Amino acid sequence: MARKILRINMTELKATYEEMPEKWARWGGRGMTSAITFDEVDPTCHPLGPNNKLVIAPGWVSGSPAAPSSGRTSFGGKSPLTGTIKEANSGGLSSQKLAKMGIGAIILEGTPKNGDWHMIYINKDGVDFLPANDLMGKGMHEVDKILWERFPNKPAVIGIGQAGEMKLSNAGISVNDPENNPGRYAGRGGMGAVLGARGVKAIVVDDKGVNAIEIVDEELFKAGRRKLTDSIQAHDLTKRDGALNSYGTDVLMNIINEAGGLPTRNFSAGQFEGAAKISGEMIAEMVEKRGGGMTGHACHPGCIIQCSNIYPDEDGSIIASPIEYETAFALGANCGIDDLDYVAKMTYECNDIGLDTIESGNTVAIAMEGGLLEFGDKVGALKLFDEVRQGTPMGRIFGQGVEATAKAFGVHRVPTVKGQSMPAYEPRAIKGIGFTYATSTMGADHTSGYTIAPEIAGVGGKVDQLTDKGKADLSLTFQAATAFIDSTGYCLFIAFPILDIPEGWAGMAETVAGVTGMKITGEDVIPLGKEILKMERLFNERAGFNEQDDRLPEFMRYEVLPPHNVVWDTSDEELDKVYAWVHDGSN
Amino acid sequence: MRVEVRVFATLRRYLPELGIGEAKIVAVDPGTTLDQLRESLGIPKTEVKIIMRNHLHADFDDLINDGDRITYIPAVAGG
Repeated sequence: MARKILRINMTELKATYEEMPEKWARWGGRGMTSAITFDEVDPTCHPLGPNNKLVIAPGWVSGSPAAPSSGRTSFGGKSPLTGTIKEANSGGLSSQKLAKMGIGAIILEGTPKNGDWHMIYINKDGVDFLPANDLMGKGMHEVDKILWERFPNKPAVIGIGQAGEMKLSNAGISVNDPENNPGRYAGRGGMGAVLGARGVKAIVVDDKGVNAIEIVDEELFKAGRRKLTDSIQAHDLTKRDGALNSYGTDVLMNIINEAGGLPTRNFSAGQFEGAAKISGEMIAEMVEKRGGGMTGHACHPGCIIQCSNIYPDEDGSIIASPIEYETAFALGANCGIDDLDYVAKMTYECNDIGLDTIESGNTVAIAMEGGLLEFGDKVGALKLFDEVRQGTPMGRIFGQGVEATAKAFGVHRVPTVKGQSMPAYEPRAIKGIGFTYATSTMGADHTSGYTIAPEIAGVGGKVDQLTDKGKADLSLTFQAATAFIDSTGYCLFIAFPILDIPEGWAGMAETVAGVTGMKITGEDVIPLGKEILKMERLFNERAGFNEQDDRLPEFMRYEVLPPHNVVWDTSDEELDKVYAWVHDGSN
Repeated sequence: MRVEVRVFATLRRYLPELGIGEAKIVAVDPGTTLDQLRESLGIPKTEVKIIMRNHLHADFDDLINDGDRITYIPAVAGG
């Protein structure tokens, strides 16, 4: 059965399965959400208004048998945080279930006439619009629990906490994990507010009794799958008991600190004296010592990397899952907080209320710089989250993220690009990631072009972190490869082994070719990625963005960052090389 | 000469006496390379993906200077 478009109109409360149009048939994941957003969303629309849409898409290989680590779901539309096009993707249960139901994308559009909130239930028999009255005002832990009690077959639950209900610009979209916890977030860019603007509290996806997965060339798919799986299992980073499996992404805390690129106390230093206390090694030590938690946790079925964790309290009860590097940086180092238990408690709050942890931690840091509380005040920081849950005026400002909070508190050191705050790598100390932050179609985002791999980790080559020479090309290559991988349904972390192991790179492309029947090889990864980037870039231009928006914040140009004692001194001309090809016909 | 040595993640097993982030102070002779120091600490070369010296990438064959802050790192990434 060919993949279908499921169009859900919330004005009419009508759901229609449509044939997949030719123009979208070649896309999956991010390629799909960006193509549909490009074709159907007016770039000048208000992100929370009636003309924005939320597009939800599994990847090309999602749901295919034993495709390793392939449970990512893409959520796209126009972002209320950045005003740009956005794709945020998440692990959890939804990707494989949507794919098995034959859904290439859900297009959620319209707004209920009377302001009612709904819960949408999708199964093999159709689509039901159910009242969400009993779910309103509830956090995602409770919502997930209620919906698993109400619906059998352990369905995927896509939903929003109170932040999404309030349509706050930092509201994420939660997807439940295999244990029905809400720690999997399409967090960045406020897509939870876009779901809220459609009057939808939750979407339940029950794939029981249907498997519409089609594989055009089974042999090619299997051959590619073997190469990809072998490379993931062979690489020191992603193999069983390797660094990611043993310590999670927070294994980076000590390393980035050593590299002098760990943003600390609202991006005022590149090292944090408390880094070791909030590191992945410390998470593993706490899990071992306290019992009750785990490392090596899978965020979706079929993941063979298993980099997630469940962080326990002193008595072995669970505080939160997962503690990522980004989470520990934002809620820890960047706030001057070196207490992992408090990082975990704030992570719980983010997961429950439905907030992106990166933007949230950075917003706490802004509030600290603005004098609302002291750096390191973990108790005060934790209380801020309850303000959001309660919807107090302070909470609503906080829930808008870094830029709004900086304005409210008169802070001029604002680490954002296109309205979105920077993740866990200081661009003054690691130049290539600065190119990505500046030029990404998504605002400041590390995942959109992870030059950290060669700049710090020695993965996919090794380059000097402090030079900007060659970084425009490096960033573009990573941005294009990422746009492709974000379209596959694979976790972006497969990039690390396949950057070092060419057979894995080819294998990834072969799995996509095998499933879809498209004639693509490893050689096509970058060109296809660039096609996606071009759609996104053009959408942004039509929304009013230009090169002047591809800049890092002013304070980074004059404020010296220790320990390397460097500023951001890359010229605008150098930054503009990254996307020059969109209009000069060079590609 | 005296240098600070740190190991992280899966390499911590080779210097188990160190707490997370703690440094071992090691006396080395002038002319010692980062690779020779690694060997003397019993860290397998195959497990070292990168070496950092004073917050920047260094090579196995680089000579050690007095007071260097040296970190041996396995394959790591994430984010």
